[in-house]
Amino acid sequence: MGRYVIRRLIQAIPVLIGATFLIYWLCFSLPGDPVQALAGEKKADPIVAEMIRQKYHLNDPFLLQYWNYITGVFQGNLGESLTGRQVSDMISEAFPFTVNLAIVAFVIEAIIGVLAGVMAALRKGKFLDQLVLISTLFVISIPVFVTGFVLQLVLGVKLKNDYGIEIFSVSFNEEDGLRGYLLPAFVLASTSLAYVARLTRTSLMETMRADYVRTAVAKGLKKRRVIGRHALRNALIPIVTFLGADLGGLMGGAVITEKIFNIHGIGGLLAQAVYQKQGTIIVGVVTLLVMIYLITTLLVDMLYAVLDPRIRYE
Amino acid sequence: MTTVIEKNQKNGRLEVGTPLLEVKDLHVEFHTRDGVAKAVNGVNYSVAAGETLAVLGESGSGKSVTAQTIMGILDMPPGKISQGQILFRGQDMLAMSEEDRRQIRGQKIAMIFQDALSSLNPVMTVGAQLGEMFRVHRGSSKKEAREKAIELMERVRIPAARQRVGDYPHQFSGGMRQRIMIAMALSMEPDLIIADEPTTALDVTVQAQVMDLLAELQAEYNMGLILITHDLGVVADVADKIAVMYAGRIVETAPVHELYANPAHPYTKGLLRSIPRLDQKGQELYAIKGLPPNLLKVPAGCAFNPRCDVATDLCRTEIPKLHQVSDKDGKELTGRRSACHLWKETLHG
Repeated sequence: MGRYVIRRLIQAIPVLIGATFLIYWLCFSLPGDPVQALAGEKKADPIVAEMIRQKYHLNDPFLLQYWNYITGVFQGNLGESLTGRQVSDMISEAFPFTVNLAIVAFVIEAIIGVLAGVMAALRKGKFLDQLVLISTLFVISIPVFVTGFVLQLVLGVKLKNDYGIEIFSVSFNEEDGLRGYLLPAFVLASTSLAYVARLTRTSLMETMRADYVRTAVAKGLKKRRVIGRHALRNALIPIVTFLGADLGGLMGGAVITEKIFNIHGIGGLLAQAVYQKQGTIIVGVVTLLVMIYLITTLLVDMLYAVLDPRIRYE
Repeated sequence: MTTVIEKNQKNGRLEVGTPLLEVKDLHVEFHTRDGVAKAVNGVNYSVAAGETLAVLGESGSGKSVTAQTIMGILDMPPGKISQGQILFRGQDMLAMSEEDRRQIRGQKIAMIFQDALSSLNPVMTVGAQLGEMFRVHRGSSKKEAREKAIELMERVRIPAARQRVGDYPHQFSGGMRQRIMIAMALSMEPDLIIADEPTTALDVTVQAQVMDLLAELQAEYNMGLILITHDLGVVADVADKIAVMYAGRIVETAPVHELYANPAHPYTKGLLRSIPRLDQKGQELYAIKGLPPNLLKVPAGCAFNPRCDVATDLCRTEIPKLHQVSDKDGKELTGRRSACHLWKETLHG
């Protein structure tokens, strides 16, 4: 296992370099002028513009720019934005919000999703199953910005104004702590939650037909134990994969949800950087996201071996 | 038959001849999109303590469905028990509450499945799966259960049981896995074991070992054994009596050696002729023509008539009853029945 992890980490280096190179190249090829973008509608002063270009080596050839950047990255320097701020500072300001939001969303989708899926599978064809199937289809079909605004209005505004219940806040506020994250996290989790519920339902129904589940019944075990000890653990293997990949996605920030609830996370930072064509910020953020993806997929693969003893990494 | 009586007298758990399990006029249907498949049509059989009943038949003959119904693990729906009784020690299990049946399952009647690899949970150690029986049914502690599991593994002669108790099913060979299945079935010292093709998935040499082990343990615990198989070779050594099934019905029952010597049903005759024999090397192997019937469209009359060499018009119209069979002098042969209109010609001709 140890050697496997080391090998995976070594493999991650070329992936990381490749990803940064691609993103850097994409940013470089973008039409438009980042320096002009700083000035807005007005024509930028040519002298100031040239100064900025000099300062940030924007006149250098692409490969040289990339070389300077990547050597900086390996020395722990993610560079500076065109407004003179350290990219690493900007990321460390935004990232905690994203991490908190992602964790709350992840917990919501894992717990509610798996529970709904299990209940639906055990009541196959009955009312509860139909309810789960239809409601998840509904959630999957609606874009997140619709879910976000509707829930913001109903739970954040109406609930407070009409019934005086103030559980969910309309806009994110740091002082609210966990409570502040609940509504945005639920919105962010909704689509994945629906997929997790459906996946759990199918997977558990399939496992319930397995021979070893029949054996467990023939052993005279109670239904609870047959499902909990024998079926569920096997059924959860594909769900762990999905959740693992999704955690990587959640950590990458949520542009829409962050915007609706006014959370200054990684998603917003990245979106803004793209508007302003600030290559250093984009590449910095993306490098971080690629690293998170690599680590979460590695963790999922390791969790596999724990869940399924037939899988061994040598 | 004497062997059965001897076995019973030796252990004296049940009176001689008292059936442990009696299946009476069992009918099982499967409701599918294409219609109703009658998988079991009025099956009767019984097993006494210490006795081995072999149920022989091709795929789709209803032998496994009958076993699953006895065990209470039939998938319902699509399966449906439309008629019949299953008496275990005189009590109808089909009329019992689910909780009472669960108490019988595993503890009084245990089952051994065909494919031990898929029938054992891949993510639990064999020790945990064996020990679970003691944890759940006997309330043993984790440590006790583990010791019991090791004991059972030694009982079925798994080498280095203590070292292997923490291994997973995929780490064992096929024969060893089937031994674990047997150990699991034996754990509660049940009265009856149903073995559904226990050796089909194994190599021939391993088959014999597993079968011998099963027969030995059965004699030791004086258990009833229902051995479901399509392999005539497996049956001969261990069974006391045989029930041959075809298209959901029993077509012949007989004490094992009499059936081999002198079958009273053309289907049984065909099965016996289709066993490869060393003394007929070079000759073409006999095969019963045609295929087993589709259970959605069972032929009228005797279900075997389209494949039968001696079928008459009567066979094509009337379903034969399970006749008591008698010898040439008209003396009834105990335990011998045949569901053939022409049983006399088949047996004596």
